[in-house]
This record gives sequence, structure tokens and C-alpha cells, in this order.
Amino acid sequence: MREVNVKDLIPIVKKLCIDANYYMGEDVIQRIKELKEKEESSTARSVLDILLENYELAAEEQMPICQDTGVAVCFVEIGQDVHMIGGDFTEAMNEGVRQGYKDGYLRKSMVADPIIDRINTKDNTPAMIYTDIVPGDKIKITVAPKGGGSENMSEVKMMKAADGIEGVIDFVVDRVRRSGGNPCPPIVVGVGLGGNFEQSALLAKKSLLRSLTEKNPDPKWAKIEDEILEKVNNLGIGPQGLGGRTTALGVCILSKPCHIASMPVAVNVQCHAARHKSAVI
Amino acid sequence: MEIHLTTPLKTEDLEKLKIGDQVYITGTVYTGRDAAHKRLVELLERGEKLPFDAEGQIIYYVGPAPAPPGKPIGSAGPTTSYRMDPYAPALMDAGMKAMIGKGPRSQPVIDSMIKNKAVYLAAVGGAAVVVAKSIKESKVIAYEDLGPEAIREMKVENFPCVVANDVNGNDIYKAGVKKYQK
Repeated sequence: MREVNVKDLIPIVKKLCIDANYYMGEDVIQRIKELKEKEESSTARSVLDILLENYELAAEEQMPICQDTGVAVCFVEIGQDVHMIGGDFTEAMNEGVRQGYKDGYLRKSMVADPIIDRINTKDNTPAMIYTDIVPGDKIKITVAPKGGGSENMSEVKMMKAADGIEGVIDFVVDRVRRSGGNPCPPIVVGVGLGGNFEQSALLAKKSLLRSLTEKNPDPKWAKIEDEILEKVNNLGIGPQGLGGRTTALGVCILSKPCHIASMPVAVNVQCHAARHKSAVI
Repeated sequence: MEIHLTTPLKTEDLEKLKIGDQVYITGTVYTGRDAAHKRLVELLERGEKLPFDAEGQIIYYVGPAPAPPGKPIGSAGPTTSYRMDPYAPALMDAGMKAMIGKGPRSQPVIDSMIKNKAVYLAAVGGAAVVVAKSIKESKVIAYEDLGPEAIREMKVENFPCVVANDVNGNDIYKAGVKKYQK
């Protein structure tokens, strides 16, 4: 048994919020550079150049890559031998988010009530916190700020087994086609297959945490990811939807077992600012 | 083509713009997104005055990040425009001549642009530090309670954008995709 004071999580979460928003991951930068070489449209190439310039400027100027600094999505893997002391875990996570968004000059984008009065909570809380209990005595925290523009283009569909893998691929590609220029392409397409209604959506979100320079460890899914990526990049949407070959930087699939009657498919669309940072305590 | 525009915008300058033209704006832009648009259109429906004179002006769909010390504004890229589609025609009828945002517009908005000889300009979404560099001053002029969604008056110099819809109803989102789809 290892004791961890929840107060020690606060500065870690704060730093992860700021770092994720200021410093773009090398995987995104590398993929944009690779795809720019193959881009046929000169407008598209100049948009990709602006994105690369923006990532550099954000890091240099210590400013967020995008003004939409997102919902603070937090994935926390808690070792089963950890005993948390010193207060409320959820409140400590929210305090880290509160301090990060205030001291990092990040935008506060949460409203307390979704439809009646939509009053801003003014500190970007509450965070969206997902916990997993895992073996060991460590805590791993990942903060993945998620913007609204791409989140709005996401969808869960309860498909049927008879639709087959072709049906799944068609649904994913069509979701990207219908998103057009709205989610700030080049996007990352997160796909959750199986599980049930809510688990498919969470799988789709978690799939976005994989580095874009890593292939899916399962060759079966890696092949399907390549197939979807090719189809998506043949849609012609291009960077910002202005036309071109670079619609997506990658496709990430996560799958889980499901009920004999079901075939849930979730597509979580991620803008080019595919931000996530992790720390282990 | 590269074109420099200053505000307030003149109809004859807008009539020359074609989709795909690179435009640099210098002058004043007003910011507004979902919550501010709702309030502006409610004012117009009640026959009341807007908090700024819309004639010949530009509205920029943005909710900027807070200004760090020593800077006029934080990161300030465009937000997705379709959410403002239900409100945009009323603002064009009130004199607004251009909108800056990202992503395609609905047919009623495009029709209103043709009718009002207005244009829609696309800024690069997620290039929020690059855009912020062209913003020299920013002050809240209405709806401070909305936080990032408050209406700001911004002084801009060479604000970069691309003509996405011109006064003749052409649409870069349709034309661009058509050209590159396989």
C-alpha cells in the first residue's frame, strides 16, 4: 500500500493543462510535415505551413495553440495499491484544472447548465474525469484538452452485425464527409468499436491518445485504419475544408467485446490540435 | 490574389473579391459568437439599437483566450461558423458586410450574402497565435458577463483570411472539395 496525498496531484494537473495547450506533440508536427509533401493543393500546403508556424509560435510565446483550450478531459489510471489521503480526489483534480486555466491564461469554456441559462463557470471546471483501476502503486494522469468544434462533429451509431466491416467503414468515412471543414481538418479520426452505447464513445476518445507515428498494435485493425485513412483523404475536404488531399492525419481504432445483438460504433473527431500530456506519480 | 481591405468596407471593393483570394484586413472588427449573436438578434427583433454601428462592419466569430501580461489579447483563432447561421442574415440586413470564421455556411446565409452584397472570409482554425499577432488592441464593448463570448472591438493590422463566399454566391468549400475528391 502506498499513500498519495491528493494535494500533490494539483500542481501536476495544473502543469499538464498548460503544457498540453502550449506545446504541440511531435507526432502531429511530423505527420503534418509528411503529408504536406504529398499535398497537391497549393492553398492546402500554405494552410499546413501556417499550422506549423503556429505550433512554433505558441511554444515560443507561451500561448495556447488554439483559443479553444477545451474541456479538460482527464484520464487517470490508479494503481490498486494506492491509498489516497488528504481530501477529495475529484476536487483536487478540479483544483489543478482551475489553477492551470487561470495561471496559463487559457480560455474558460464550460457553462454550468447546458441549455437553460448557459452561465460560464469561469474556471473551466468541472473537468471530465475518467478513472481506471490498474495493478501497481502508481497514478498516471493524462490531460487531453478537447475543443468544441471537432467534438460537435462526433457521433455514436448502434449498427448491426449484418452491416459488416464495410458498413462500419462507410459510416466512419461518411461521418468525416458530413463534417467537412467544420472540425478544423486535418483531423484525427478516433473510432470506438463494440462495447455498449457509452463504452464505444469512451473507446473512441481514448483511441485519440495513441501517438500518430505508431501503428495499431493489432495488424487486423492497422490494415482497416489504413483503408479508412485512404478513403478519408480521397474525400477532397483538405486542410480547413478548402479542398486538398490532407483531410486526416490518422485513424485510431480501439475495440471491445459486445452483446450478441449489438454493434456500437463511435466516431470521435479530433481537430489537428490533437493535444495530450501525461505524468506518472 | 492578395488584396488589402480597410474598414468600414465598401460594396465596390467587396464586389471585386473572388473565392480563394487572400485578403488582409486593417481597421476594426467586432467579435461575437453564439451567446452574443442570440442577444444581438433579440435586440433587432425588438427594434432596438445594436451596441455598435453595424454599417459596413466585420464580425469575427471568436472567443479569445485571456491576454497574458503585456499582450493585447490571448490566442484568438476563428470558431466554427455554422452555429451563427440562424442569426447571420439578420445582422447582414442591419448593415454587416463581412463575417470571419471557419467552415461552410448554410444556403440561407449564402443567399443573404448575395442579397446584401456581403462576404464570408475564412481564417485558419487552430492558428490562434498567428491570428493574435495581427490584433493590436482589444476592448470589451458589450456583454462582459459572457466572458470569452463578450463583444469586443478589435483593432487589426493585416489580419489574414481567404474569401470563402463572394457576393455572387460562390462557395470555396464546395468548389475546393469538388476539385480534389477522388
